[in-house]
Amino acid sequence: MNNTLLSHLTVGEKGRVLSLTLPADARQRLMEMGLTPGTECSVVRFAPLGDPMELRVRGYHLSLRKAEAEGVAIERL
Amino acid sequence: MNTLLSDANPAQEAAVLTRRLAIAGNPNCGKSTLFNALTGMQQKVGNYPGVTVEKKEGTFYGSQGQQMTLLDLPGTYSLQARSPDEAVSRDVLLGRIPGTPCPDTIIAVVDASNLERNLYLVSQILELGIPTVLALNMVDTAEEAGIVIDPEELSQKLGIPVIPLVASKRFGLIPLKQALSRADLPAPKFCAPMPPALAAEAQQIAPFIEAPAQAQFSEAILLLGLSEAALAESRHSSPELRVKIREAQQRLNSAGMDVCSTAVDARYQWISRICAETVRGTPNTGLTLSDRLDMILTHRVWGSLAFLAAMALMFFSIFTIAQVPMDWIRDGLKLFGSWVESQMPDNDFRSLVVDGIIAGVSAVLVFLPQILTLSFFLGILEDSGYMARAAFMMDRLMSRVGLHGKSFIPMLSSFACAIPGVMATRTIEQRKDRLVTILVAPLMSCSARLPVYGLMIAVLLPDTSALQKSGIMLSMYMLGICTAFLMALIFKKTILRSETPILLMEMPPYRLPSARDLLLRMKERAVIFLKRAGTVILALSILLWALITYPKPENPEAKGSEVIAHSVAGQLGHALEPIIRPLGFDWKIGIGLIGSLAAREVFVETMSIVYNVGQDQQGDGVETLQETMRNEKREDGTPVYTPLVCVGLMVFYVLAMQCLSTLAVVRRETNSWRWPAFQFVYLTLLAYVGTFIVYQGGKLLGWQ
Ligand SMILES: Nc1nc2c(ncn2[C@@H]2O[C@H](COP(=O)(O)OP(=O)(O)OP(=O)(O)O)[C@@H](O)[C@H]2O)c(=O)[nH]1
Ligand SMILES: [Mg+2]
Repeated sequence: MNNTLLSHLTVGEKGRVLSLTLPADARQRLMEMGLTPGTECSVVRFAPLGDPMELRVRGYHLSLRKAEAEGVAIERL
Repeated sequence: MNTLLSDANPAQEAAVLTRRLAIAGNPNCGKSTLFNALTGMQQKVGNYPGVTVEKKEGTFYGSQGQQMTLLDLPGTYSLQARSPDEAVSRDVLLGRIPGTPCPDTIIAVVDASNLERNLYLVSQILELGIPTVLALNMVDTAEEAGIVIDPEELSQKLGIPVIPLVASKRFGLIPLKQALSRADLPAPKFCAPMPPALAAEAQQIAPFIEAPAQAQFSEAILLLGLSEAALAESRHSSPELRVKIREAQQRLNSAGMDVCSTAVDARYQWISRICAETVRGTPNTGLTLSDRLDMILTHRVWGSLAFLAAMALMFFSIFTIAQVPMDWIRDGLKLFGSWVESQMPDNDFRSLVVDGIIAGVSAVLVFLPQILTLSFFLGILEDSGYMARAAFMMDRLMSRVGLHGKSFIPMLSSFACAIPGVMATRTIEQRKDRLVTILVAPLMSCSARLPVYGLMIAVLLPDTSALQKSGIMLSMYMLGICTAFLMALIFKKTILRSETPILLMEMPPYRLPSARDLLLRMKERAVIFLKRAGTVILALSILLWALITYPKPENPEAKGSEVIAHSVAGQLGHALEPIIRPLGFDWKIGIGLIGSLAAREVFVETMSIVYNVGQDQQGDGVETLQETMRNEKREDGTPVYTPLVCVGLMVFYVLAMQCLSTLAVVRRETNSWRWPAFQFVYLTLLAYVGTFIVYQGGKLLGWQ
């Protein structure tokens, strides 16, 4: 089972985006920020209170909430 | 040279000479830095996304001396704008703002260390068909990260000039100006390759779109990608067009295409191909300095401690370092006041100059060093990149309230002044969230409160250590923050109910704040402060003096309090007294409260004038304001400024909305008087209730 959700990755883990199951607007925004299917990303850290999380994607750092990350299917790398 | 030319044929030459340029790009890629470098202006820069929220115009001269006007725009990740500031950028680029024609040339700024995401917007800009120059900024950061970009190759692939830059070090400006000065700058003929079905539908819709012919196709792609709700909100589409779009979307959907994501995906695929051929080098994968810093600064325990420690250090400096120049200013102004007093005959005019103007204005001026210290520390927060981290850490709490972490950035900006704070809310996508943030922003203690806190702390605890004073100051700031959260929660649950917005925020790397930027920031604060002192505060001090002095009591022998009691201000204060007595305030404080309706620091000024005019023996300018206040007695001989009254006054000023300028900006930003009126009423009530609880509660507990 190498496929999981982005929100389930732990700090330091890497994954490749498979698909996004989110409301249209949220999906589009995530994709515009570079989280398109096929993109690799890794989890940098979680905020002190556990949410949001910080990702490294396409060479920069992006923070998003677990609620959105739950809609991103990932292949663990 | 200009005059010679304009002698020949003024109107025509000017039209030919003045080119209109616009700077567009992602947030935080260095657009304003480049704008400042080109125009010599001093627009605000800072290391977090969303510093610039308005368009700003400047001029500069091209390499052959041609005059060009340059527009600095707010950053945006996509031409599909989602917040008011992004909408400004989109509307300027599409020529939709009345009075601001479409730019002749676009400078597309990209962050070289983050090329892929930056090129997304570039792919949309190229489709506008406006001549474009790519400013490949931050090549220094990219190099450090091990990324090397081949500008020639990139230029060939994109079909536009590409100029490597380090805007912050003014490196590469000359080639950039040369490229911009070219008369034959080609208009790009570019369309991101879209899947054929989508392209065909877009082609069908394009002619119906109000936009320059070249831009119609890309606008069609954008509109096709909109969700139903977003489409209904888009102002620039007619109902017929919307029907057409919805039909096209249905056709594409039934053919199994998800329009929203297909277009985005197609652009990123194009970007990947470009980057594969132009980006060399091996990106470093190790931990950067930023990563290491974040391990501490966003750590569960150390992070919060670091934040509190930074705040504490800030207040500690306000009471230690800033104290020295404050004493100089105070002593200097006092000497000046007594000298003027000794030079003038004893009449009402002397009283106006000495007790009104000098006493009033200097009471406020004294606080300049504290305000500059505050702005120095806030500048470090803004320039280092800490703001985004603060938003990151606060997001959980903010989402409980129903906002997102980004709302914390305008709140932090409000520590300097609520006006930039209110402006900064333009980066918030949802109107209701933006309103909530605007409504609570004035609860963040701004620098105009410093004089009030400073004075009251000096009256309350004249001899304690700076550490204790900082503690009290810190708790006042905390009270403001907590109340802001509470009120935001209440608003989000009642009058401005809406879903919690999603958070998507770029976290920029930490950068070392430049001394120059910090000094510029402090200078700007100082100029604003001194201007206010020279205009509003000065005018108010004359007005207040008159209100406090006239009409005079019939008995010419009357002195001190009696004179004031008889004056207009005194009568107003007395009229207000029944209302504020439950707060422990006397009628003289009432005069201060009325005076500071316009601006908070006027409280200090008013008290200074009240106690100067009301001095029983003339001529002893030795006592400082806080000493006078400490010795002030009620009729029954008990001191007026008991600890409870001092704390109550501070709490009042934490909560009350006493700033006309903020109200005016809120009116402009919300486009109605309703919101500022509501804001004023709710904050004043809050201040009253808060102070009531402090004073009456304190008395119940047996405190003084
Ligand atoms: N290392 C480096 N830093 C830069 C360069 N150009 C700008 N910066 C820094 O990048 C940060 C962002 O600069 P701004 O000019 O405010 O960026 P902006 O694009 O106007 O940002 P927004 O107004 O938020 O859209 C600041 O801290 C600048 O000092 C550069 O070429 N190299
Ligand atoms: Mg800017």
